[in-house]
Amino acid sequence: MSGINYSEKIPNNVNLGEDRTLQRALEQWQPNFVSWWDDIGPEGSTDSDVYLRTAVSVDPQGWAQFGHVKMRDYRWGIFLNPAKEERTIDFGDHKGEKAWTDVPGEYRANLRRIIVTQGDTEPASVEQQRHLGLTAPSMYDLRNLYQINVEEGRHLWAMVYLLHKHFGRDGREEADALLERRSGDEDNPRILGAFNETTPDWLSFFMFTYFTDRDGKFQLAALTESAFDPLARTTKFMLTEEAHHMFVGESGVSRTIQRTAQVMNELKTDDVNKLRAAGVIDLPTLQRYLNFHFSVTIDLFGADESSNAATFYSTGLKGRYEEGKRDDDHVLKDKTYPVLIAKDGGLETKEVPMLNALNEVLRDDYIKDSVAGVERWNKVLTKAGIPFQLRVPHKAFNRNIGALKGANVTPAGEVVSDAEWKGRAGEWLPSNEDRAFVASLMGRVVEPGKFANWIAPPAMGVNRMPIEFDYVRFN
Amino acid sequence: MSDLAETTVINQHLIDPEICIRCNTCEATCPIGAITHNDLNYVVDASKCNSCMDCISPCPTGSIDNWRQVLREQAYSVDDQLTWDELPEQGELAAPDVAAPSPNTSGGGSVGATIAPKSAAQPQTLLFGPSAATPYARATVVGNHRVTDVGHDYDTHHIVLDFGETHFPVLEGQSLGILAPGVDAAGRPHHARQYSIASPRHGERPGYNNLSITVKRVLEDHAGNPVRGVASNYLCDAAVGDTVQVVGPFGSSFLMPNHANSHLVMICTGTGSAPMRGMTEWRRRLLHAGTYEGGELHLFFGARSKAELPYFGPLKKLPSEFITTHLALSREPDQPKQYVQDVMRAQAPELARLMADPHAYFYVCGLKAMEEGVLTAMADICAAHQLDWAQVAGDMKRDARLHLETY
Repeated sequence: MSGINYSEKIPNNVNLGEDRTLQRALEQWQPNFVSWWDDIGPEGSTDSDVYLRTAVSVDPQGWAQFGHVKMRDYRWGIFLNPAKEERTIDFGDHKGEKAWTDVPGEYRANLRRIIVTQGDTEPASVEQQRHLGLTAPSMYDLRNLYQINVEEGRHLWAMVYLLHKHFGRDGREEADALLERRSGDEDNPRILGAFNETTPDWLSFFMFTYFTDRDGKFQLAALTESAFDPLARTTKFMLTEEAHHMFVGESGVSRTIQRTAQVMNELKTDDVNKLRAAGVIDLPTLQRYLNFHFSVTIDLFGADESSNAATFYSTGLKGRYEEGKRDDDHVLKDKTYPVLIAKDGGLETKEVPMLNALNEVLRDDYIKDSVAGVERWNKVLTKAGIPFQLRVPHKAFNRNIGALKGANVTPAGEVVSDAEWKGRAGEWLPSNEDRAFVASLMGRVVEPGKFANWIAPPAMGVNRMPIEFDYVRFN
Repeated sequence: MSDLAETTVINQHLIDPEICIRCNTCEATCPIGAITHNDLNYVVDASKCNSCMDCISPCPTGSIDNWRQVLREQAYSVDDQLTWDELPEQGELAAPDVAAPSPNTSGGGSVGATIAPKSAAQPQTLLFGPSAATPYARATVVGNHRVTDVGHDYDTHHIVLDFGETHFPVLEGQSLGILAPGVDAAGRPHHARQYSIASPRHGERPGYNNLSITVKRVLEDHAGNPVRGVASNYLCDAAVGDTVQVVGPFGSSFLMPNHANSHLVMICTGTGSAPMRGMTEWRRRLLHAGTYEGGELHLFFGARSKAELPYFGPLKKLPSEFITTHLALSREPDQPKQYVQDVMRAQAPELARLMADPHAYFYVCGLKAMEEGVLTAMADICAAHQLDWAQVAGDMKRDARLHLETY
């Protein structure tokens, strides 16, 4: 493989061609990546030409180049946002010092851990979504799935670049391990729990991209503040791509709601059985999916009190969301933050040192952002005249990490007994029957311009192309 | 100036709140901070947005690419937009005969007009391009002629493009963009290279769906080093039958008046003569058809030498009662250097009369360096003829009588 000219094959703005050590490392990793893609990437996609957006540079013109390409031949580029001269660290104990272009020895292990944890989610989601192409509700949606898949692949490249470039042999070993772990594998699972869940159907996929990729957005945004400048610049660029993933989720759920509301109005009913018989997903089922994905995702932010979070912040490795827009001292030694705990059959807040509560701070920012999108879904219902509103469940509902783990809190925020919670869980979380029903709707529709019965067409096509454009060419 | 403000139509950039997912990409991308948000909406400040289009392609939803023609004074405010649930419909304009400056079209600085003459035909713009329904039109090269003797450091071609079945309507003074194939050193596609259209509205050949452009390739830079402009070389080397990708049309203000007895004063250098050729030829055809309603044509044409003047031959065949031509040659052997502003000064009384005439329209096209010289000459001519240049310039801009297109 040494004949490949990586500086040409991989669009990059990191002078790949001039760094022989890095080039050799990537030459060894690249065939393993392709082999991973072939093994576990999108099923049945090998011969398809997909209308993909490829980034060939970080400026607005190079950002979105559209054309039909085979995913295996996608140009997995390595891009860092342009460096800011004399960038200084904005928070923590090193506040005001010059940002680091190399990894300080004392923070090496923690930085590697952050990068590996982030990097591990990228191939994991490709693995989770690999069967979805077989049940796509339209060619347009299939293309969006594939776009997400290749960009997750590119994000893996971005993290692997950092590992190879800045972490020597350890980094190379970690990069190899990223291709060895498998989502849901009992012996060698992905690092984070939510990335070992399956994505069994398109409603789960849309909920996942809305809620769980939004976790990605907040984690990446916190890393764009990092004192380690290459990480900050890499994640800044990744965020731009992450926006597409959330768009797929938000618009996917929105179109599902729109179609359900349309059928509810046509049939003049909110009867779940009648709606299911008409082949659309009833709103209570949508609510249960929402409850599940929201609660599983907010666990990803970690324990509400965490000394690791404090260390990452104080040492400058990971900031808060929009650190620059906050008007406190950005050191946080004397500040406190309220966290929720279950106590004596109820919930109460406890003031804890803010540094230890930074996971909770990020989680609360995330929740605010998530709620706003759910309100936009509700507008679809309001517009259709349907008197039903979706609700984000209480923060303490169905939690499996931190002080709220196993607290038996209902979506409305009421603490109930263990027996009651278990007895009523089917009201709040998707039952096997719900999942089986949703799965029963998942027939493949890939004729250009046609859509499965359970979902409305989008408002507009990709890159201003018509909705009936041949976004995927099956060869 | 208030008259101008009231009648200026802008293409206001708006974001569709029903499709936007509030991902913040546009706000992070905007180089001049024209985009802002509240908990409800992301919005564009019309007083800041310069239509650079940087935010368009990174938007994951397409919600960013919405435009409404509004009178500048009635542009939707940021506060209004922040409360919207949906976009407003395109309203009726109070001044429908006023052309809207389109994105990517420069107004020619503070002196040049940003609107078209009142009697100009209504232009169509941006029918093909990244933000149009179709990203480019295909045209076939049906003619490629060298129009100057080839020099050691330049080579000018007259290129005729046929659009076949594609509707690509143009007016004299508009331009188009050519997308050269391939990618640049950074691996990204080349930017569209813009060329003025050199033919009149009904085609290079009347009744044919074709048009012409003037393309000059520079072979050496000032230091004598070889240079190769990507698009210009691509076009100059194009063979008859080759297909090229075209975007546009662009331009909605550098347009000619059409009313009876309106005069054209055309000041240009080099390939800046292309729009002048289009305007002259349109009027020549009217004259030939017996439908010309009068009006004077004055051409001030600068080049380094006669050999470098495109269309010099055909120009000499036009009757002097139809057009007066003043050539300025800056590097002709055995002759003193002359620039367009020098020959303009030599015609000072005539130009003073025309500057004061509400039916005379001035067009300046060519290298950026000429703009200052031309404007200085106009100011000097005013001073020598008891005219207040500030007043004249303000009137000319307001009435769309001074158009600058320099590069």
